[in-house]
Amino acid sequence: MERKFIEYDFGRVDSERMRLNVGPQHPSTHGVLRLEIELEGEIVTDVIPHIGYLHRCFEKYCEQMQYPQVIPYIDRLDYIASMNNEWPFVMGVEKMMNIQVPERVEYIRVIFAELNRIANHQIAVATFGMDAGAFTPFLYLFRDREMILNLFEHTSGARLLYNYFWVGGLAHDVPPNFKDTALNIIKTVRATNEEVMRLLMGNKIFVERTVKVGILPADVAINFACSGPVLRGSGVEWDLRKAQPYSIYDRFDFNVCVGSNEIGVIGDSWNRNIVRMNEMEQSCRIIEQAIAQMPNEGDVREKFPKKVRPPKGEIYCSAENPKGELGFYLVADGGNKPFRLKSRPTSFVNLAVLPEICKGYMVADLILILGSIDIVLGEVDR
Amino acid sequence: MLVQEIYDNLKEKFPEAVLEFIGTATGDPSTVVDAGQIYNICKYLRDQDGLEFDYLALLSGMDYKDKFGTVYHLYSLKYKHRFVIKTYLPKEDPSLPSVERIWKTANWHEREAYDMFGIKFENHPNMIRILCPYDWEGYPLRKDYVGQETYHGVRIPV
Amino acid sequence: MGNFVFDLIGKNIVAALVICIIPLVFILPYALIAILGELKIGAWMQDRVGPMRTGWKGVLQPVAEVVKLLQKEDITPTIANKPLFNLAPFIVFIGAFAAFAVLPFSEKFIPSGINLGLFFVFAVGSFAVIGIVMGGWASNNKYSLLGAMRSVAQIISYELPAGMVFLSIATIAGTLDMQTIILNQSGPIWNWYIFGGPQGGAIKFLFIPFFVILFIVYLISSLAETNRTPFDIPEGESEIVAGYHTEYSGMKFAMFFMAEYANMYVVSAIIVILFLGGWSSPFGTSFMDGPIWGIFWMVGKAFFFVFVQIWLRWTLPRLRVDQLMYLGWKVLLPLSIACFMAIAFLAMIN
Repeated sequence: MERKFIEYDFGRVDSERMRLNVGPQHPSTHGVLRLEIELEGEIVTDVIPHIGYLHRCFEKYCEQMQYPQVIPYIDRLDYIASMNNEWPFVMGVEKMMNIQVPERVEYIRVIFAELNRIANHQIAVATFGMDAGAFTPFLYLFRDREMILNLFEHTSGARLLYNYFWVGGLAHDVPPNFKDTALNIIKTVRATNEEVMRLLMGNKIFVERTVKVGILPADVAINFACSGPVLRGSGVEWDLRKAQPYSIYDRFDFNVCVGSNEIGVIGDSWNRNIVRMNEMEQSCRIIEQAIAQMPNEGDVREKFPKKVRPPKGEIYCSAENPKGELGFYLVADGGNKPFRLKSRPTSFVNLAVLPEICKGYMVADLILILGSIDIVLGEVDR
Repeated sequence: MLVQEIYDNLKEKFPEAVLEFIGTATGDPSTVVDAGQIYNICKYLRDQDGLEFDYLALLSGMDYKDKFGTVYHLYSLKYKHRFVIKTYLPKEDPSLPSVERIWKTANWHEREAYDMFGIKFENHPNMIRILCPYDWEGYPLRKDYVGQETYHGVRIPV
Repeated sequence: MGNFVFDLIGKNIVAALVICIIPLVFILPYALIAILGELKIGAWMQDRVGPMRTGWKGVLQPVAEVVKLLQKEDITPTIANKPLFNLAPFIVFIGAFAAFAVLPFSEKFIPSGINLGLFFVFAVGSFAVIGIVMGGWASNNKYSLLGAMRSVAQIISYELPAGMVFLSIATIAGTLDMQTIILNQSGPIWNWYIFGGPQGGAIKFLFIPFFVILFIVYLISSLAETNRTPFDIPEGESEIVAGYHTEYSGMKFAMFFMAEYANMYVVSAIIVILFLGGWSSPFGTSFMDGPIWGIFWMVGKAFFFVFVQIWLRWTLPRLRVDQLMYLGWKVLLPLSIACFMAIAFLAMIN
């Protein structure tokens, strides 16, 4: 009989691996994401994301809708930052139809987009903290987000899905006390951010949990075409507002926040979140400048085209969404419906990097890394 | 670099594979290339000094009614220039090489194009559906798509 | 207290049952108050109002929750191991409940004044682990299993520093009897063990840091033993859904819940007994002292530490498993051993 040699590796105990389905119903998958993970003890050895539970074939819908009717569908992509979502599409159609929107409209768009960026980052940081078990900062940030949503509700009539940016202008003018309200919001946001910095981001336990977890090197981030805070957390200074200034962003003085080696390692979960915290401050600065420069008078509807019917052609128009680059590749055939509208969904692209960065960490870290990428399933699945 | 210069550079390197330059009055100009050569062209675009398109912003599948196609939107983070490549594919059994090994982000985009248009990407590590259920029939974004009537015995509302 | 009941009714089975029920008389109202405290303190810290609909300012909310839990359907998964699954909550609750048998409330009021009180509390405290691992395994759910494994590792690791703290105080007090330990600390406030205890004279001031470190070590270990934030890893809701009690519902879940709150009081009471003079008044023996005031002091001090636990829960994030183990084995255990040696030295020179 053949003799078998059994080698013992005393450094490592062979254990049976366990396959675990995290989701689609799980408290911290931020929606209906299913992660099929393979565990060795508590260590994650493999992650396979399964997406599509919210799939509604948004692109097929758009081919059957006239251009203005597409906007409400776009709201429902990343339903946390709807104002920002509408922008690249509206901007693309305006570029094709050669519409120059009035100054006042541009300023209002910038202010609303930045306010929505703040609201989005508040949710991102809040849910990230909650994934780590800190519940109180979550409510502090949500309390402030409520003020922003109230302003949006006053202006557009909706709290989440606004349908506010229209081709050639805006659906409604802003309310009379708009400037004061916006400045008031900034004041509150700044005060709360300072508190959250101390309570959450500077908390020893939180720092220990998030630093050196889910390190995403810059070259991998670029290769995976990550964008937004995920890319900037890895130290790549790439912000569409600076790199290819659209609208009137070249008039404002603001910094592109990138991750640093100060507390964590470049590209770890903590850095991705400190970028979000810093970006809120930069947004506040932009809003302040925009409010100071904004013209007081003007009709926001004066440039509305009679028919939204872009000429035959194609355009890829993208904008810096809170989560990253959101783009729309619009192919027009001269009719009143898009021939093809393909979105570049930020969360979809950013989520693809997840399996790459969470191997070898623990289950608890996997949840944190997922939280630090900040996805919205409405956009991943479309 | 301007789009025209990049096109000239590419045309010089791949005289046969680069087919056509589409410049439009509105929107972005694009370059049509031979689908079979897409891997080599993309690799050249990424690695060549002075071009360095390291960022694949978007990969879309297309249905032009008479033919299929794919569109690649490229950025260079270093030089901040953009470029658009297109391929055209036949109506029957569309397939072309995958660029997953060049830009990892193409992995999910190509799966989506396969899911929605049935365009097959050769050498892709995991060519399965991504958004639709794994056992879905048909390719929803094709212009001539007719939906399934039932799925696992459940009637699908139209 | 036990003897008192036996004298009253006679030594029979009814008397034994009555004695068993006495702690429940305390636990049930206490649990309601603690749940209300958790809701309202959490709300206050988070700038909300908390429950407001049931009763005046929502004070009846815990009652409503208990009634809701009682009414809920009692679900047992079909693939669960039914006997173990049904037994687990009882074992967990017994562990918490049994500790109340020896917890003193005042000089005269103690359910059972055995002279191994400290040892008994320590022993029944580890009882909960069996129930947790039973429930986690029997649920036949991977999340429950993960939670149970984490819980076992955590509680066993943190029993070692806690045991060293018990040992240190037992050494300096020369007894395991809780009443004697408290009696030792009666008198002025600096007789409390956190300030070095009654013995020693001037030299004891050198040893006060060791007592304070022991106090902190036990405070941290007690959080870990009761699965409270920042050590609520076994039931970390964002990671493993609800840990070992994922599959439990209705009354069985309520028993886990109750056991957690009962445990919170037990560890708080132990802290108070070991370090803060138990039922003795902070103003010395002359002012606000005596058996009735004793109940006030004992419960009041213990409630303060229950409050501290609630406070920490709403403030701190959660640790990770390996960080928890690191803290337990590499920080708290060596610290407590060092303090034990110092205090043993103090006990020797006395």
